[in-house]
Amino acid sequence: MNRYPLWKNLLIGLILLWGLIYTLPNFYGEVPAVQVSSAKATVKLDPAAATDRVANALREAGIDNQGIFSDATSVRARFAGTDEQIRAKDAIERALNPDPQDPGYVVALNLLPASPSWLTAIHALPMYLGLDLRGGVHFLLQVDMPGALAKRLDSLSGDLRTVLRDKNVRHAGINREGESVHIRFRSEAERDAARSAIQASTADLQLTNRDDGAGDFRLVATLTPQALQTMRDFAIKQNIGTLHNRINELGVAEPVIQQQGAERIVVQLPGVQDVAKAKDILGRTATLEVRMVDDTPGALEQAMAGNVPFGTELYTERGGLPLLVKKQVVLTGDRLTDAQPGFDGQTHEPAVHLTLDAAGARIFRDLTRENVGKRMAILLIEKGKGEVVTAPVIRTEIGGGRVQISGRMSTTEATDVALLLRAGSLAAPMEIIEERTVGPSLGADNISKGFHSTLWGFIAIAVFMCIYYALFGVVSTIALAANLLLLVALLSLLQATLTLPGIAAMALTLGMAIDANVLINERIREELRNGSSPQAAIAAGYDRAFGTILDSNVTSLIAGIALLVFGSGPVRGFAVVHCLGLLTSMFSAILVSRMLINVIYGRRRKIDKLSIGQVWKPGN
Amino acid sequence: MEFFRIKKDYPFMRHALVFNVISLLTFLLAVFFLATRGLHLSVEFTGGTVLEVTYAEAQPLEPLREALAADGYTDTLVQNFGSARDIMIRLPNKEGADSNGLAERVMGTLQKASTQPPELRRVEFVGPQVGKELASDGAMALLLVIFGIVIYLAMRFEWRLGVATIIANLHDVVIILGFFAFFQWEFSLAVLAATLAVLGYSVNESVVVFDRVRETFRKKRNMSTPEVLNHAITSTISRTVITHGSTQMMVLSMLLFGGETLHYFAMALTIGICFGIYSSVLVASPLAMWLGISREQFVKVKKEKEEAVV
Repeated sequence: MNRYPLWKNLLIGLILLWGLIYTLPNFYGEVPAVQVSSAKATVKLDPAAATDRVANALREAGIDNQGIFSDATSVRARFAGTDEQIRAKDAIERALNPDPQDPGYVVALNLLPASPSWLTAIHALPMYLGLDLRGGVHFLLQVDMPGALAKRLDSLSGDLRTVLRDKNVRHAGINREGESVHIRFRSEAERDAARSAIQASTADLQLTNRDDGAGDFRLVATLTPQALQTMRDFAIKQNIGTLHNRINELGVAEPVIQQQGAERIVVQLPGVQDVAKAKDILGRTATLEVRMVDDTPGALEQAMAGNVPFGTELYTERGGLPLLVKKQVVLTGDRLTDAQPGFDGQTHEPAVHLTLDAAGARIFRDLTRENVGKRMAILLIEKGKGEVVTAPVIRTEIGGGRVQISGRMSTTEATDVALLLRAGSLAAPMEIIEERTVGPSLGADNISKGFHSTLWGFIAIAVFMCIYYALFGVVSTIALAANLLLLVALLSLLQATLTLPGIAAMALTLGMAIDANVLINERIREELRNGSSPQAAIAAGYDRAFGTILDSNVTSLIAGIALLVFGSGPVRGFAVVHCLGLLTSMFSAILVSRMLINVIYGRRRKIDKLSIGQVWKPGN
Repeated sequence: MEFFRIKKDYPFMRHALVFNVISLLTFLLAVFFLATRGLHLSVEFTGGTVLEVTYAEAQPLEPLREALAADGYTDTLVQNFGSARDIMIRLPNKEGADSNGLAERVMGTLQKASTQPPELRRVEFVGPQVGKELASDGAMALLLVIFGIVIYLAMRFEWRLGVATIIANLHDVVIILGFFAFFQWEFSLAVLAATLAVLGYSVNESVVVFDRVRETFRKKRNMSTPEVLNHAITSTISRTVITHGSTQMMVLSMLLFGGETLHYFAMALTIGICFGIYSSVLVASPLAMWLGISREQFVKVKKEKEEAVV
């Protein structure tokens, strides 16, 4: 009567086997590795080619490796020890970055799981440890949206001035006041004319009339909700892009840069200890500059010979050609409002479309009118060091603030240049509102403390259960172990971040999970006390306890979900493990323990006594 | 082995009034301490900077305090953290002061203040805007738990049991907070998580008891309400104590081996578990009785079900 059908036994067995396989990688530990990834948005890493280059570099340096792995964005090589790892890093660095001043690749030290490749192939990876367990720096950055809005409105005021001048509408002043732009007029007719002119030029503005006494007619322009939303999204995306580029330089193996909420960005740099340098790099500003190229015959040759003419600088164009650029800056990136990849309207060549604000458009029109046939250079200035992004020839006068850069570009290059132009500077200033640094020794301490708490707690419970409930206690302990196994497997599979509160949740969940088995065992004893036969007692015990177990787990789950929804940081780490643990405990406490009991007792026709410890009856 | 050899139901409900008065007194005491002393909130809530440093040998605190005061850091809190070698320094946020590089500057001061070099273990800086959000998020989480549990219990059992359960368990939460206020233990995010986990956990207890109450009402028609409650509590008391004992073993292990970081987390759980046994059994049941649960509320449900089947 107490038997599971074959499929049910098989299913439970398969799930446990799955749990075992996905838990396995956690036992292998980690080996030192070197990770190579691209340092620039414009340099794409070709995994196959990079793997060859890394392998060659290691062979030439005579360093043995334990396998080279690659994915879409990086190549990683494993080594037997840290000595080889450091020597390999130097060798790879020399081979891939011939010019240390201008590195094309990030070569970083990392740790890779030492699990065999068949486990990695099925995506069985060890649990992803949080910063409090592995050490590193965590920043929470707040993007200054009011600042971004003010910047946008200032540039809009400039645009409005140009629009009104082009349409010959007279106004008495344009000012930004708070989150809106006020345009004053002397007559109602002028205001109406202005309104239609503005509406024809942009759809991003909401216009309302306001009259402040006689002779003061105002038009109040505010951004539409959609435009505001676009602006926010754009600001966050651009800042994340910029942060990515900057962090690449730090040589961090696995940086995490994510949006959190509407206005915040989380940056996590595992293994980084130099907080001052990290902050310096995060807070740096990059600017875009447009300058003219010096085409005077002979000047370039002179500069190459080491005699750079006064007022110019020597740069290397992408592609390696030298270029002499004037020091005078014609236009800066502040005037750039957008950069998008696209195609040339006539030649269908890949191109980058730039949008300048009104003032920028005016400057650019004048510049191009006077310099047809000459070359200009677009430079990205970072850390006081410039890089020529592109140096096109000016073909015609360009007005209207829409600029197209094309010629000798592939589609990927166009996308990258657009990204670089956008990401070169921050869209809005950012402020660090939370910072956490954990030293590597503390991380290791935390792991061992968390591990020991769980281990000793588990042993104490196991010993008690085995003594108090005899064979049923042993079964309960096995079910509890299965629970731990499945929980670790689930965390490894989901790659959810495990933190110290997470380990605490694991321990607590195990402590709470035993409740289900206590309930079942007590129920069976009670049934026996009331005179049921052993087989009937088992069946009734499991059936009756089920409802109670379900109710109590659902209430715990409600608390867990509330923590998951409203918690942040350590609380969320706790809640994730807690919720998953409740789910796995339902499975293991009920199904796994029942399966074992069925295997032990289910096949026997007649049982005299269940091994569930002493069942005391009032009558005795 | 059998710990509980109970011959007949113990008349818990005879002392219902006593239990409720004791609860009310502890509750009021906890509220009193919360009001007068307040919680010692961690930096996560108040904003500020915390540094954790460790020395090779025991380091007296006084020279460090003096050095920090001499370098112009006011309102600093310097205390040992676990052992005499580990030291925690807490600095409040200041209007207009540059928080960037604060940790590095403090480390410079510490280096001068002692002959042995400090090793930086952990830095945590929280800006002023984060703290307020955490407090309001915490309150929202608490509200969600309360409503979620009441609604679930009202659906599964009866609204009276839901209300009795949540009052009993909120009383646990307030008592945990009372302990933290009385001893001025640091109330951190982890403690908040533990408090809410306790809320979910001790509701378990009430659920187990009320599950029995429902079953007894349906099975034994000749028992009065107090007798049913007595029977339900008596027949689950063995399980209640064993389960709590097991969970407490785990928590004790955290208290012993978990180090300073998990110390207050485990402490909150310990208090929660101890009061959880008491309140969910001896507070929730009398409350349910005062609220007027009776057999009709449970038997009626059963009849409807039978009709539905037929």
